Amino acid sequence: MATASLMPQDQTIVEFDVRTDEMLVNMGPQHPSTHGVLRLVLRTDGEIVSEVVPHLGYLHRCAEKIGENVLPIQFIPYTDRMDYLAGMNMNLGYALAVEKLCGMKIPPKAQVIRVLVCELNRIASHLVAMGTYGLDLGTFSPFLYAFREREMILDLFEEVCGARLTYSYITIGGVHDDLPDGWIDNCKTFLDYFEPRIPEYHTLLTTNHIFVKRTANIGVCSKELALQYACSGPMLRGSLDRSNGDPDWDLRKIEKYSGYGEYDFNAVLPPFPQKPPEAVIGDCWHRYYVRMLEVVESIKIIRQGLEKYKTAAGSHRVELPKHLPAGEAYVETEAPRGQMGFYVVGSPAKGQVPLRVRARSSSCANLGLAGKICEGCLIADIPAIIGSIDIVMGEIDR
Amino acid sequence: MTGAEIIAVLETECGSKIKSKSPEAIDPFVVVEPGDLLAVCGVLRDFPRLQFDMLNCITGADYLELDPKKVAKAGFEPHMEVVYHFSSFDQKHRFVVKVMLPRWKDNQPGALPEVPSLTTLFPAADWLEREVFDLSGVNFIGHPDLRRLLLADDWVGHPLRKDYEFPLEYHGIRGR
Repeated sequence: MATASLMPQDQTIVEFDVRTDEMLVNMGPQHPSTHGVLRLVLRTDGEIVSEVVPHLGYLHRCAEKIGENVLPIQFIPYTDRMDYLAGMNMNLGYALAVEKLCGMKIPPKAQVIRVLVCELNRIASHLVAMGTYGLDLGTFSPFLYAFREREMILDLFEEVCGARLTYSYITIGGVHDDLPDGWIDNCKTFLDYFEPRIPEYHTLLTTNHIFVKRTANIGVCSKELALQYACSGPMLRGSLDRSNGDPDWDLRKIEKYSGYGEYDFNAVLPPFPQKPPEAVIGDCWHRYYVRMLEVVESIKIIRQGLEKYKTAAGSHRVELPKHLPAGEAYVETEAPRGQMGFYVVGSPAKGQVPLRVRARSSSCANLGLAGKICEGCLIADIPAIIGSIDIVMGEIDR
Repeated sequence: MTGAEIIAVLETECGSKIKSKSPEAIDPFVVVEPGDLLAVCGVLRDFPRLQFDMLNCITGADYLELDPKKVAKAGFEPHMEVVYHFSSFDQKHRFVVKVMLPRWKDNQPGALPEVPSLTTLFPAADWLEREVFDLSGVNFIGHPDLRRLLLADDWVGHPLRKDYEFPLEYHGIRGR
């Protein structure tokens, strides 16, 4: 029979003969789980990804060029728009760099207010990271819980400076205004409300069976690799191991800028006793869990800051020098996504405008590693890995 | 280690490769010739007491004063600086290395100045060097894939040059 003669003699040989072509799959820039306008080009063999090439620049505004053309204080609103989920931390980074260049001393009261708002912003940012990470992996509810709490933080910020996203509150020389009356009590009320809610997130997400299956042992990044690519923040800390003698790598601990040395808190480093058995250090689950524990440390810092504020001396702001000195200063701060660096070259001609402003983006360095750790994973793991890096394209493209 | 101590170690290890030093600057730095950059950065990375294993930032700074009235006051010759910021994970210290370049290679406008790539020593240099090439116009010799990072592939010019002229239109989109 004709059909029978077409049947191969040995089925297994044909199975091995089937060859799949490599396919280039474009992901983004309008993909919901690339967190903004990131475009990835994946080289896939079936479901396996063999190469990931990120393409950046869809949100590029050349903020550095703007920084060369405006006064330092006019550049503060542009820093808000870099990492728009943590505007306060961006403001602080640039303000510290200019203050270091000018040799300014910031009064204790201004420093306490800065720490308060920065840590609140870190909580808000990590809440978004947690919520959208759940969204990437197919669970919608944690996102709603995260935004419920984030809303209260934004209300606190609105009381302080009138803005809910782009604050420009921390300026060069201190903060723009003193805290309004009753804000300390409102902040305390929020913390008392928020702290008991954290176990809810762990029930919803951290210990969720599907979530653990999607994140544990996925996208493993070793400490050496993270250091080679100059990763920082939760991305680096998720790959460290305190039991191997790794130091508390947190710039708030190491460089103690803005009075962080006076606060009692811990850098969050694995190993975690709560980890599920399949998770290994450096995987997506650890990066996620570092963020969740950093929220708890931030609450500790804010509670101490609220006490410190009552007795803090000095004003909330000091005068700016009229001219920028010559010279240059580089400052890195621990933003929610990692070490955000600002490099400011002063004006050699005693002008008012810096000669060069450079922003070192933490997300950009972290994303540089993504191509490396995505090799060999499944297509479905790409959102899990990108989400665990927690990128903000406004900061990467600047 | 303080900046002055790091400079002292570098001077004994690299000798004449250190062209000049500034231990009293806000962030102490040394200046090296482009040809000696790889050797000095290798010492920074591998010398036991230095251990600079992270390359945090590369900056291209264009030193050019366009206003003829301010040229004398500015007090610098037009040049290009490539600034490398290192930090150490184990030693917890920071250091800066600078390379001075002419604004254009052989003073021919349009010919990008050249500096060796650090990608073999620090993989982090990959995207940082692409960005500096893209925005400041510095050619990194030995970079495996020196494409524009942030701007479009067909963009003309390097916007962070002081004498950059903004395009009036790009693919039919009006610039101003």
